[in-house]
Amino acid sequence: MYLNQFLFLAAFLFCVGVYGVLARKNAVLVLMSIELILNAVNINLVAFGLFRESVAGQVFALFVIAVAAAEVGVGLAIVILIYRNRHSIDLTEVDMMKG
Amino acid sequence: MLAAGDPLFADGVDLTVVLIVIAKTVVVFGAMLVSVLLLIWFERKLVADMQARIGPNRAGKFGVLQTLADGIKLFFKEDFLPTQADRRVYRLAPYLATVPAFLSFAIVPIGGTVTIAGHQTRLQLADPPVGILFLLAMSSIAVYGVMLAGWSSGSKYPLLGAVRGSAQMVSYEAALGLSTVAVVLVTGSLLTSDIVAGQSGEGLFGIIPNWNVLRLGFIPFVVFFIAGTAESNRPPFDLVEAEQELVGGFHTEYSALRFALFFLAEFMNTITISAIMVTLFLGGPSGPGPDSGLIGALLPVFWFLLKVFAMLCVFVWLRATLPRFRYDRLMDLGWKKLIPLSLAWLLIQAAFLVDVKWGIVVFTGAAVMGVLLWRAMEVGHGATEHEAPAPPKFQEVR
Amino acid sequence: MVAQNIVFGVLAVAMGLAAIRVVTTKNVVHAALYLVVVLAGVAALYILLAAEFIAVVQVIIYIGAIVLLILFGTMLTRAPIGRASDLDNDQRWLGVVVALLLLGVMGSVLADAFGSTKLPKAPQIQRTGDVGLSIFQTYVVPFEVVSVLLLAALVGAVVIARRD
Repeated sequence: MYLNQFLFLAAFLFCVGVYGVLARKNAVLVLMSIELILNAVNINLVAFGLFRESVAGQVFALFVIAVAAAEVGVGLAIVILIYRNRHSIDLTEVDMMKG
Repeated sequence: MLAAGDPLFADGVDLTVVLIVIAKTVVVFGAMLVSVLLLIWFERKLVADMQARIGPNRAGKFGVLQTLADGIKLFFKEDFLPTQADRRVYRLAPYLATVPAFLSFAIVPIGGTVTIAGHQTRLQLADPPVGILFLLAMSSIAVYGVMLAGWSSGSKYPLLGAVRGSAQMVSYEAALGLSTVAVVLVTGSLLTSDIVAGQSGEGLFGIIPNWNVLRLGFIPFVVFFIAGTAESNRPPFDLVEAEQELVGGFHTEYSALRFALFFLAEFMNTITISAIMVTLFLGGPSGPGPDSGLIGALLPVFWFLLKVFAMLCVFVWLRATLPRFRYDRLMDLGWKKLIPLSLAWLLIQAAFLVDVKWGIVVFTGAAVMGVLLWRAMEVGHGATEHEAPAPPKFQEVR
Repeated sequence: MVAQNIVFGVLAVAMGLAAIRVVTTKNVVHAALYLVVVLAGVAALYILLAAEFIAVVQVIIYIGAIVLLILFGTMLTRAPIGRASDLDNDQRWLGVVVALLLLGVMGSVLADAFGSTKLPKAPQIQRTGDVGLSIFQTYVVPFEVVSVLLLAALVGAVVIARRD
């Protein structure tokens, strides 16, 4: 197995995630796209960990997963708060601070 | 990769090995199906006895074929698809509920090592290196069955049941995991075969078995038992289907074979969680008896089945005895009691493993903290109770 | 080795298609389900990469908690069955251009840097125990930081979402 096949797949997932963040306006869908990006990073970490025969890649992948869990928890709390106040989770409408 | 500890794969994979694996899978799957049929009958009969009713008594001797008859009836009924439903997800959901229930049984060691057709093999479907974590993974997938079934039905009560149920299952998964960690801590291995091996042998005074339920103090076992009951949505935690409140919960709209699949999943989960509990805490297939010969091979299976049957009786007993939890009480029990309790117990256990002196220190600390926390919760509860508006009074009828 | 490459090919195609569906589908719950397919694929990739502990953690945390939480959030904020029309904003083409540019840049850099680098043939399988030892010895400080972060996130989520 080539190292690059994993890296290319991760790069593809990353780009799809970036597209999702840019093109979606539903807050939950943006969160999902961010998960795609984080997973792409994780694939890279584990693949490089195997390549260097070091356990560090896996350890950092674990940390990324933990941080992702924290991010989703707070993110969804914010989404629910926005929904409660505005009855919509359309990100283009959350622009009160725009000058 | 799949069976790290099994001697079956020690000298390469050939046709016989593959056949043995397939045979084991088929036998276990068949046995699971038959035992689900028997368990449903047994549960109805025992609950009926406890409530001074007769229970099923028409199909077969003592009504033992009742479940089979019900199953055949469901098989030939029309499979109904609500117009509001999301078709693909609606069709997918029952399988998401059933398959994990069976898969998590695969890691349960049923007996010792036997020799089939010249190959040594363990009586266990799979022994993955991640071992008991596989159970947690499967139980987290099983939540999808409930949640998607409720959502895709496109109707109110199933959605309510699904949201309730998945919140319940996710909450109790934490307690389930923490009490499993206690077992892993004393065993030093994730493999279910190692967990069983660690519990074999003589315990105190040569009569009391060396089971984890005793070695760990009863707390992890009790926590696992409660969390496992909640995980498999058994009464008194069957809020997903709460007939009196939600019509039928997440499977209200399901009919025919798909409904039967949910039913199958629920009872398979009961069997699986009993088997896992036997493996983790009650010594698995270990028990007194000779080690060699035909009896030596069959006796562990007998002990295993006996222990699982005892656990199943307890489950049925609970169903007949306890009323359903109120939803806020359920969440309170999960988050404010089981999780702190199992965390504190884990800490105490780890300290005792390091040194008895440290163990006593940590135990005292945890006890003091626990009392303080409990007192704080009481005070907080009292404060919110004062703030809450008085319950509406019934108007007097004149 | 051939078997591994076939498995990788199947996984890659499935994950790629599912990922594209995540960002294009018109139904939020379907998007979450496609995300589950991608995440399961990533877990399978971890097994290919001999990292079975991460694979199981991926299933437990990502599939069993994170996506479930997202689904939960969608259902609490009303997820209608059927298509919703207003999930995309008007930057779609900009998004496509940016994503393609990024893919081009990353692809060329990767091809340049690791053109024909192979992974070790018989890798040292990193057992769960090694990962655990590494976390609690070398990386114990980041581990503690992550645990404090999780606690902060827990408290923060409760404070943000509570009604008062």
